[in-house]
This record gives sequence, structure tokens and C-alpha cells, in this order.
Amino acid sequence: MATDISQDVTVGEINKYDFITPSHDVFKAQKGLNPEIVAQISEMKQEPAWMRDFRLESLKIFESKPMPKWGGDIGIDFQDIYYYLKPADHQGKTWDDVPQEIKDTFDKLGIPEAEKKYLAGVKAQFESEVVYGSLQEDLGNKGVIFTDTDTAVREHPDLLREYFGKIIPPTDNKFAALNSAVWSGGSFIYVPPGVHIDFPLQAYFRINAEQMGQFERTLIIVDEGASVHYVEGCTAPMYTTESLHSAVVEVIVKKNGRARYTTIQNWANNIYNLVTKRAVAYQDSLMEWIDGNLGSHLTMKYPAVYMMEPGARGEILSIAFSSKGQHQDAGAKVVHCAPHTKSRIISKSISKNGGRSSYRGLCKVEKGATDCKSNVVCDALILDSASRSDTYPYIEVEEQDVQIEHEASVSRIGEEQLFYLMSRGLSEAEASSMIVSGFIEPLIKELPMEYAVEMNRLIELQMEGSVG
Amino acid sequence: MTETLKITNLHVSVEGKPILRGVNLTINRGETHALMGPNGSGKSTLGNVIMGHPNYEVTEGKIELNGEDISEWDATERARAGIFMAFQRPMAIPGVKMADFLRHATTNVRNPSRKEGEELIPMRQFRKELTEKMEQLRMDTEFARRYVNDGFSGGEMKRAEILQMAMLRPKFAILDETDSGLDVDAVKLASQSIAEIGGDQMGILIITHHDKLLDQNTPDFTHVMLGGKIVETGGVELAHELYTDGYDRIRASYPEAAVAEQVMAEAV
Repeated sequence: MATDISQDVTVGEINKYDFITPSHDVFKAQKGLNPEIVAQISEMKQEPAWMRDFRLESLKIFESKPMPKWGGDIGIDFQDIYYYLKPADHQGKTWDDVPQEIKDTFDKLGIPEAEKKYLAGVKAQFESEVVYGSLQEDLGNKGVIFTDTDTAVREHPDLLREYFGKIIPPTDNKFAALNSAVWSGGSFIYVPPGVHIDFPLQAYFRINAEQMGQFERTLIIVDEGASVHYVEGCTAPMYTTESLHSAVVEVIVKKNGRARYTTIQNWANNIYNLVTKRAVAYQDSLMEWIDGNLGSHLTMKYPAVYMMEPGARGEILSIAFSSKGQHQDAGAKVVHCAPHTKSRIISKSISKNGGRSSYRGLCKVEKGATDCKSNVVCDALILDSASRSDTYPYIEVEEQDVQIEHEASVSRIGEEQLFYLMSRGLSEAEASSMIVSGFIEPLIKELPMEYAVEMNRLIELQMEGSVG
Repeated sequence: MTETLKITNLHVSVEGKPILRGVNLTINRGETHALMGPNGSGKSTLGNVIMGHPNYEVTEGKIELNGEDISEWDATERARAGIFMAFQRPMAIPGVKMADFLRHATTNVRNPSRKEGEELIPMRQFRKELTEKMEQLRMDTEFARRYVNDGFSGGEMKRAEILQMAMLRPKFAILDETDSGLDVDAVKLASQSIAEIGGDQMGILIITHHDKLLDQNTPDFTHVMLGGKIVETGGVELAHELYTDGYDRIRASYPEAAVAEQVMAEAV
């Protein structure tokens, strides 16, 4: 049973999503980063002065901050990137307003299938700006706001300003500062008290211009006793030069609220994916992050939940799949700031064909946060001897009366498991693929149906030709 | 023409150590063979090597299915050609539901030329058949939704193996200590089940220490393995004798094989 680990399957396996739609930009900013470019972005967007000043201040912070010292090597030339592109003059209000070539791209991504049910609820981002979005009427009637963040700056300035940059200030880290300076697009969601949205709100993101960074900025506010499930999926076409994706996502879940944020990202192999995601959860609320990371050259992403008041809960499910030339440095952070709070982290990683996956997680219990429970499980599956997996759990506890559990396991696909499945007529590739699907099943079953199907298909594509 | 699984002068090594030293065995479809012998005599090795385990190296001899040498085939090809083994210790595949696994397996075995990604048996047809078989084996239908062998009791694992055999309808089946770890009633149920799912249509090789599994599946032949060879073949009465009296007579009658048994035991 020879396993050829040297063959490069990365090109074939993402072919399905590897296409480029000709770009007809109305406006194309120049490469690089300086106060003039940042001010120009703000002016293009006709932003109020406070936002322009916020951007310029953030740029200073970005310039003064060192690169992160953990994770992977970040080999980005910040002056060789476009920070803002505007693909259409205005955002399409209906599907008919959306330009044909953008529709073609959506077709290739399979978006119409997902749309059939929730057409009106779907927002999609093409390059830097949301070009299509409309809101289901009953959502509007309930007072729910679901728009792109640029629009929210204009139409909901007071609400936005109250929370924007408060959970993740620009001073948080270098990439949060960069995003704060040049952000564009992303979703803004407000769910009023007691309102439950019983279908997932969805957005597709896509980078389509070479060397263009994508810096979306998402802010979700779930008011008291309200609930929402937001789903974000990404596929990116493949380019030869490096590309940067650096998003900031802030979520506020108030008393008795529930929020679930699901992400499936399938980046091309040259993308740096450096994302800051953080939620604050108040009394008896629940925040859940479900985070699937495929592809990219380097991903550094650690969704966080800060439990601010008693009874708050945080749950993070994350999965990373790394193949040749890919490093997934992903994980989770849970911070218990109040007593009687609970958290759970389940992290699964798969490394194959020389890929590297790291779990990096923090569990912190602050002084006074008694009677807290935290359960962390991280499992790694390594498919061949060229691949690698590491675990970096950080635990900081300042209270006695707490229950912290951490389990980690690393396994290789066993020869005996393969033989067992093959003895039932499965091919070796089919058997490996089945073992991998089983490994990530706990995450898949949390996804909405069409994403579960998509995720399984992506994993199958990743697995094709990996053995044999 | 009767279909035949024929093993000729089979020598097998694992990590350079010889385990089988010239096994000859012919099983015709429709026959039941019992294979007995003390621990370490090579019984499970024979089962694994017939199924195509990659760690067992055939150094001499051959395995033929209907005249075609299959010694170089991998387990997938053998399964699709109609060979099955009920494992002594089946592997757990966490996260994979029995029903999904069996639907793939059943499709592949019934359509041996199927390529990955091609159509599976229609869900409705598969469900119906699976439910029938599970009822026949007195298994709760909930079983189909559990993960393959994950957290199964010993008895559940063995019944799951028989269920797989029932679905795959092999031409030749090896039952590797399917009775071990089962209580008397469970062995009886397993024994009945094998008979009910059409054991008489298959060529069966039952590897066992006991004679209980043989009650409902009376062997046409009983073979005794010692020191990596089949040293004696008889009828069902031989199985009863070995179960009752042990292997002292066999060791005394075949001193060369008894010496080989010693050598193999010390090499472990």
C-alpha cells in the first residue's frame, strides 16, 4: 500500500473554484498604504469625519505595532497591495440590478442554489463592496437591520458608532489596526430585543482582483433575548502573487441573547488570512463560533468569547484542513470575566501532503470569576509523515473554584482502519475520505444543510488523489 | 461450474518472520469449513492474507479465485470479487454512520467497476433492504445511525459484522472468531443468523476455538492448524474432539509442526 506523498495535488483539487471573472472596475485605487490613500478611501465612501479620523488614527497604530511573534511567517509587502476597489457605482437593490459578470461568478460558486430558499436574505460581497443585497420584508418589519457596514455608517450612525471598534479596538493587534484603517464592506446586523430570526443570514465573500486585500468589517449586535445565526462562506480564485485577507468581526450578545456565527473559508493557496474575531456575551447569553478553515498560505485566526456577566456561555467549534504549502494556525479563546460562566472548545485539524496545522488556544479565568467551567478538546488527524500538527494550549486561571478540562489527541489514519474499509469494497481514497469525514462529523452536523454539503464536497476535493 | 477458492503451498511472513509454512486448502462455494488450532498457529493470519492485508507478505505459493491468482490484489479488489472477512476485532470509524458506510460498501461490491463519486444504490432501495436484514438479525434499526463499531459492545460488533455479510452477499466468507467474547445465547443467535442469511450459498471458513458456532453451520470439513500448516482434516466429529480434548493428540501425531509451534511462540 504505497502512499505517494510527494505528488502535488493542490493545483487540481481547487480547480473547481479557480476561475477569474474579468474586472471592470469603476474606480481603482493605487497600490500601497499612506495617510493620503486612507483619507481617499474615506472620501470615496463619503464618510463622516469621525470615521475618517478613526481610520487615520488606526493607520498610525498599524505602523507602530510589531508583527505578531507567534504563528507563521508573514511575508507581506504592505506597499504592494491595493487597499480599496469599488466594483460598481452603487449597491444593487434587486437581483436585476446586479451586473451579469458578477452573476456569472455567483453561478460558478453555486450561490443560486443556496439562494432559492433565502434569496432576499442573501448578501454577497464582490471585491471590496457589497454589490447585491436585499432584506426579507418581514425582517425589516421586525426592526432587524441587515446591511453592509458602509451603508450602516450612513444610515445607522448612532447605533454603529456605539459599538464599532469597541470590542476589537485598533490597538488590539497589528492586523486589527490595518483593518480599522482601510476596512470596506462586511455585514452590519442588529437584532432588536426578543426577535428571533429562524433562518440563517448569509453572505458570500470573494476576492477577485490580484494583489487586492480584502478588509471586511462585520459588526453584529444581538439585543436582549434576541437570536441570530449568521453564515459566511468564502471561496477565492487562485493567483500567483500573494494576497491578503484581514477581517475584523465584532459580536455583542446581550442578556439572554443567542448568536451563532458560522464561517467556511476555502482560500486559494497564496492567501494570507489574518482575522480577528471576538464576541462579548452578557448575562445568560450564548455565543457560538463555528469556524471551518481550508486552503490559504497562512491562516491565523482565533475566534474569542469574553463572558462578561454570570450565566454567559461561549462555544467554539473549529476545523482546519491544511495541505501542501499551507499553514493553519487556528484555535480559540475563551475568557471568563464573571462567575458561573461556561465555555467549550472543540478543535479538529487535518494535515496532509506536507501541510501544517496548529491549535493555539487560550482559556482564561479572571479574578472573581468563580464556579466557571471550561472544556477544551482538540484532535488532530495526520494523513502522512510529511505533515505536521502542533498544539499550543494556554491556560491562565486566577481563581480556585473552577473546572478546566483539556484533552488533546493526535492520530494518524491507521492502516487497520483502511484495511477494514477496503475489505468492504471501498477504494483506498474512498476509505481515507470516509475516515476524514467521520473525523469532522461533529462540526459538519452543526452546519446548515447546504454548507454541510459544500464542506463535504470541499473535503472530498481536498482528499482526491491524496493516496494511492 | 462450481466456484472455488484455492490456496496452494502458501507461505506467509510478517516483518520477515514466517507464520504460514505451506498451507493447502480448497473451498468450494456451498461448503462450510471449520479451521481450528491452538493460539498462534496461524489461523487469523490465513484469514487476513486471504482478505489481502498489506502487512502480510506472500513469499511462496498462491491464492486463486476460480483459477485466477489473486495474491497481488488489494483488499478492495478482493472484496469486489466476492471475498469477505468478519473481523475478530472490527475497527471503529468514529463519525461514520453504519448506514452510510454500508451503502458505499454494498454499492461497490455489487458494482465492482464503480469509480469514486459515481452513483450509489438508490437510498430507498438500500434502506428497505437494510431494514429487512436488520429485522432478520433482530437488530434495532437505530443501529444503522450509530457510528461504525464506535462504542459497540463485543456482541454488537459481531452482529454488525454479520449484518455486513448479509448485505454484501459474498461468495466466500471468513469468520474470524466470530463467536469469541459472546455468551452462549449470542453465539446461538450468530450461528442461526449465518445460516439464515444464506450461509449455504457461500463458501465459508469458520475460524473458531469452540464448536458452538458450528451447531447450525455444520462443517463439511474441519481442518487443524499447527505451526503454520494444516496438519489434519476431518469431518464435524474432529471439531467436537478438539473442543473436548484439546490439541495434545495433534501435537503428538505431528511432531515437526509441534516443534515449529514452539519456535514461532519463542520468536514472538
